[in-house]
Amino acid sequence: MFDGLDALLLARIQFGFTVSFHFIFPAFSIGLASYLMVLEGLWLKTGRDIYLDLFRYWVKIFAIAFAMGVVSGIVMSYQFGTNWSVFSTKAGPVIGPLMAYEVLTAFFLEAGFLGVMLFGMSKVGKGLHFAATCMVALGTFISAFWILSVNSWMQTPTGFEMSPDGRFLPGESWLAIIFNPSFPYRLVHTVIAAYLTTAFVVGAVGAWHLLRDRANLHARKMFSMAMWMAAIVAPIQIFAGDMHGLNTLEHQPAKVMAMEGHYESHPDGAPLILFGIPNSAEKRIDYAVEVPKASSLILKHDLNAPLAGLDTIPDDREPPVPVIFWSFRVMVGIGFAMLGLGLWSLVARMRKRLYDWSWLHRAAVLMGPSGFVAVIAGWITTEVGRQPYTVYGHMLTAQSASPLAAPAVAASLIAFVIVYFAVFGAGAWYILHLMHKPAGPHESEPEHMPVRTAGITPAPAIATGAE
Amino acid sequence: MGINVDLTVVWAFIIAFAVFMYVVMDGFDLGIGILFASFKVGEERDQAMNSIAPVWDGNETWLVLGGGGLFAAFPLAYGVVLTATYPLIIAMLLGLVFRGVAFEFRWRDPRHRALWDIAFSLGSFIAAFAQGVTLGAILQGVQVENQAYAGGWLDWLTPFSLLTGAGVVIGYALLGAAWLIWKVEGSAEAHARRLALWAGAGTLVAMAAVSAATPFLQFEYWKRWFDMPGVLATAQVPLLTGIVAFLFFRKLRGGATAAPFLLALALFALGFAGLGISLFPYIVPDSITIWDAAAPERSQIFMLVGTAIIMPVILAYTGWAYWVFRGKVGTHGYH
Repeated sequence: MFDGLDALLLARIQFGFTVSFHFIFPAFSIGLASYLMVLEGLWLKTGRDIYLDLFRYWVKIFAIAFAMGVVSGIVMSYQFGTNWSVFSTKAGPVIGPLMAYEVLTAFFLEAGFLGVMLFGMSKVGKGLHFAATCMVALGTFISAFWILSVNSWMQTPTGFEMSPDGRFLPGESWLAIIFNPSFPYRLVHTVIAAYLTTAFVVGAVGAWHLLRDRANLHARKMFSMAMWMAAIVAPIQIFAGDMHGLNTLEHQPAKVMAMEGHYESHPDGAPLILFGIPNSAEKRIDYAVEVPKASSLILKHDLNAPLAGLDTIPDDREPPVPVIFWSFRVMVGIGFAMLGLGLWSLVARMRKRLYDWSWLHRAAVLMGPSGFVAVIAGWITTEVGRQPYTVYGHMLTAQSASPLAAPAVAASLIAFVIVYFAVFGAGAWYILHLMHKPAGPHESEPEHMPVRTAGITPAPAIATGAE
Repeated sequence: MGINVDLTVVWAFIIAFAVFMYVVMDGFDLGIGILFASFKVGEERDQAMNSIAPVWDGNETWLVLGGGGLFAAFPLAYGVVLTATYPLIIAMLLGLVFRGVAFEFRWRDPRHRALWDIAFSLGSFIAAFAQGVTLGAILQGVQVENQAYAGGWLDWLTPFSLLTGAGVVIGYALLGAAWLIWKVEGSAEAHARRLALWAGAGTLVAMAAVSAATPFLQFEYWKRWFDMPGVLATAQVPLLTGIVAFLFFRKLRGGATAAPFLLALALFALGFAGLGISLFPYIVPDSITIWDAAAPERSQIFMLVGTAIIMPVILAYTGWAYWVFRGKVGTHGYH
């Protein structure tokens, strides 16, 4: 009852599912690790306990998110071999070393210092503990660097040679592989996205507690820091996203055509389609709401510049338009909503009402998960936009999968779905539970801190008040 | 330098080192999980958990290096082996998911702690068993045609692979028990000592059984172990194993705290060396050698530069993290 196509489709669904789940956690932990670093640094600099309280409040949440990121990430590191063995065998000589570098320079750094960051404050002293926190934050960034380099190479492959048996071999310079054309843009856009995602989570938690108690100093501090991030970084992100889009137009025009919904070429200025219903069968956008020539203005900085459409791309080399069309609009819409909230908070701040406008706080609570939605939507846009290739222009997805029987892939997919929803659902619940409690003075450390060691004179016990 | 070094062999040793590091480091984590249900709820379990909470994540990273390193250095073997053992790898990954989150979740949710304790035990057991069966599946060989796996999705399931699965579970239990002797105190330590005795005996039986069965899998293994003059070297492995086992039981009964764990490590190192003798230079017996599977030289050199610089640093700060949490863990706060 199954044929080869089914196994391929199931493998794609499985990869999409596991990587989407996984991506949520690093998107949060990259930003949160940096936030924790800032909080601890401010505490050491100013000596004000509020920063330590906030550090301890968020580090408990970080521990849960990080654990989920680790276990879902290990799955990813093996999925290349289990489900995409042909791709792994052929592209391994180029992207394998980049991923090995990720493990060596990032994963060990994060994991090695995480234990000290979570449990070691009373053992190593403030300075070393801060160093450990910095190492964890640095590790999350280095990890993003390598994995986005791999991803970018699959989007815009450069610096390689093809062997006679169809393998990708590294060329003269690894720099040409690592710093492939889309990598700098993707790195900046993704890392900023992680910071924004975290800022909106922190802002939502602050706002949630402000709605319950406007005088809560810890909630005020969180909210204020998060809103600064929103006001300053959201516009930068929109600019960075625009640059990334122009880069994509240069290297992967079909993706941009799908994002824009341009089934047809426009020789004298392409319209910007705001909304509409992509109709794949008829190859047009139904009920389109469009601004004439605006797309050419944005993409080419010229109202009358010609823009090619999907009619210039062979049908079997086109990415699926509806998914990309919608995911792109979701991402951009959220980006502008983030900008709006940031501006609103600036107005409130100028009028010295940042902690008083409850509608602002409600909006911030509502926007709390928006970063996650945006990063997943952005990821779908770029990955589905790469189809039908795994290595853009060189290797088809259909030629990449493992020679697996469909029942094996189906069974594992079902197992992943059940386990992920159960386990990560529970984890999300615990995180929400922690967020629901207000941060207060003398915030406790993670409770399962192994306090006692032999060989160290017991330092005065730092209050480990059980919850 | 003038010395002609075969980079492929160097990489085979680096990957073997990463896998060995993973086996012993996550081995004791998983072993504690396997034995977890036998510890009393409360102080005993909390101590056991605390003894690995700060380090499990780092330990598990060696698994990512083993997988990622194999991908990078031997892409063909990575693709073939993971496809051949597909259900095992998936089971292992899901087991590790449960095991990993249980560390955090059991503290967050006291009402359902019993549930997460079960997830911790079961996840550890499944991961360990799947790793052991995978080992057996590789030893017995997989069907390869045109540089791709050509067998079915349950080919790995044989009495031999189930035996290696059980062997790894028992062996990890030994490492876990020995680690706990070192790190916990009171009734938990006494219990760990009893468990180590049984697991030690079980590990030796399993090693003997696997060693006895392996030469019958393929002619090649028999030749490797018993042909003159190689037998003079290979005979050292069982000989040393006997000596280490004797010392282990002596130290265990003598009340030593650190020695049982270190000797258990030595036992694993010997078992690992034995596997190396059986396999080298094959990754998949009789079909894929390390040279067949190797990445091109440019990839090897690029990674080797980084590994040579970074690996010592990793070992240094990993050692430091262990040093920070040295000694007995205790339970909550001070007694």
